[in-house]
Amino acid sequence: MPIATASQTAGPFWHLIDVPAWADLLRADGPNAGFTGGDRIVLTGRITDGDGAPCPDMLVEIWQADPEGSYEGAFHGFGRCATDPDGRFRFVTVKPGPVRGRGNATQAPHVAITLFARGLLTHLTTRLYFAGEALNATDPVLATVPAARRGTLLAQPTGKGEWRLDIRLQGPEGEDGETVFLDV
Amino acid sequence: MNTDPLPWRPIMPGTQPPLDAPGYGSTHRRHPRQAPIRIATTPTEAAAPRMTPAAYPALDDMTRYAGGAAVGERIIVAGRVLDEDGRPVPGAMVEVWQANAAGRYHHERDTHDAPEDPHFHGAARVFADAEGWYRYTTIRPGAYPWRNHHNAWRPVHIHYSLFGAGFAQRMITQMYFPGDPLLALDPIFNCIPDAAARERLVARFDLDVTQPEFALGYRFDIVLRGRDATPMETP
Repeated sequence: MPIATASQTAGPFWHLIDVPAWADLLRADGPNAGFTGGDRIVLTGRITDGDGAPCPDMLVEIWQADPEGSYEGAFHGFGRCATDPDGRFRFVTVKPGPVRGRGNATQAPHVAITLFARGLLTHLTTRLYFAGEALNATDPVLATVPAARRGTLLAQPTGKGEWRLDIRLQGPEGEDGETVFLDV
Repeated sequence: MNTDPLPWRPIMPGTQPPLDAPGYGSTHRRHPRQAPIRIATTPTEAAAPRMTPAAYPALDDMTRYAGGAAVGERIIVAGRVLDEDGRPVPGAMVEVWQANAAGRYHHERDTHDAPEDPHFHGAARVFADAEGWYRYTTIRPGAYPWRNHHNAWRPVHIHYSLFGAGFAQRMITQMYFPGDPLLALDPIFNCIPDAAARERLVARFDLDVTQPEFALGYRFDIVLRGRDATPMETP
């Protein structure tokens, strides 16, 4: 049986494959042109390293369900964004609906986030959840995360339809500030 | 009926690089201290965005840009995108990017004192066919220095980004060239503990891919993660 190819870093010059427009999933000439369902939202955040310094060269990707919680519908739930010199990313999309989990479980609305960069030999995967969502209390993935660290996955509202989730690649030793990453 | 998605196959020990790699300086402040939390596969990880040429236009020739021909040795790279069961991954989107023949990226932050080539941009996007085959034409990139340690040089490489049929198959890697003396010295390549896994990142010269009177050919296959076929224990 073949074995999965080894990962390598994206390096500092991955922007050769960057298309800044992809950060707006609702762009007029994109795969969601004409999609009118759901609520438009803006997702922002800032990525910092173990020194608290901004990470200005990250490749951030999101993957999400449509407003009904389906991955099979007409909505194309993929976006890509380069962080700016201050480590910030910004996506425009629609709020995903609750997604079916394993068995009869229901997952709270969430957005999968993938990070690639110089210094990351394999990518990191995490999730963005929406603070205050009732389904968060019973979400099966959040339930596997120690309670003290769950907050690192909860985006906070910063305005109407605007949510912010900062990502800390490396936290101080013995503290809970490091973002929870997932082994999928 | 149980419609839960099959889990992704666990990673074979030693075949993937660690996040904390002391020999590669940029990992020092970027690797998480805590291990990732293993989660059961849900529809989020089983599904994947449909990346199609209609939405993401293909470009399979990097040898011409801005109305002229790039400088350097033209090469063809071809290979198959497979999964861990050896099955093709049809429609897989493959993005590649690289330095020019002199070892300089078309990038504002690349300060290496090597000539820029106005007719080489250095990015392509191709899609695997029904049998998993992909193919593109480019210029053989040059080696270039980096500041990881004294007299550090990256081996000649082409970056690869792949989208498969499931979110958990997403990956980025690098393709290297056979016989490169810099491979033995490169911390990024040698972070992969398993020697056979390292060798699988090295393309091989292939006379069948080589096109007469036109360009040498290299073969580089990529394997994306497969499903864990082990059936669940039923009580």
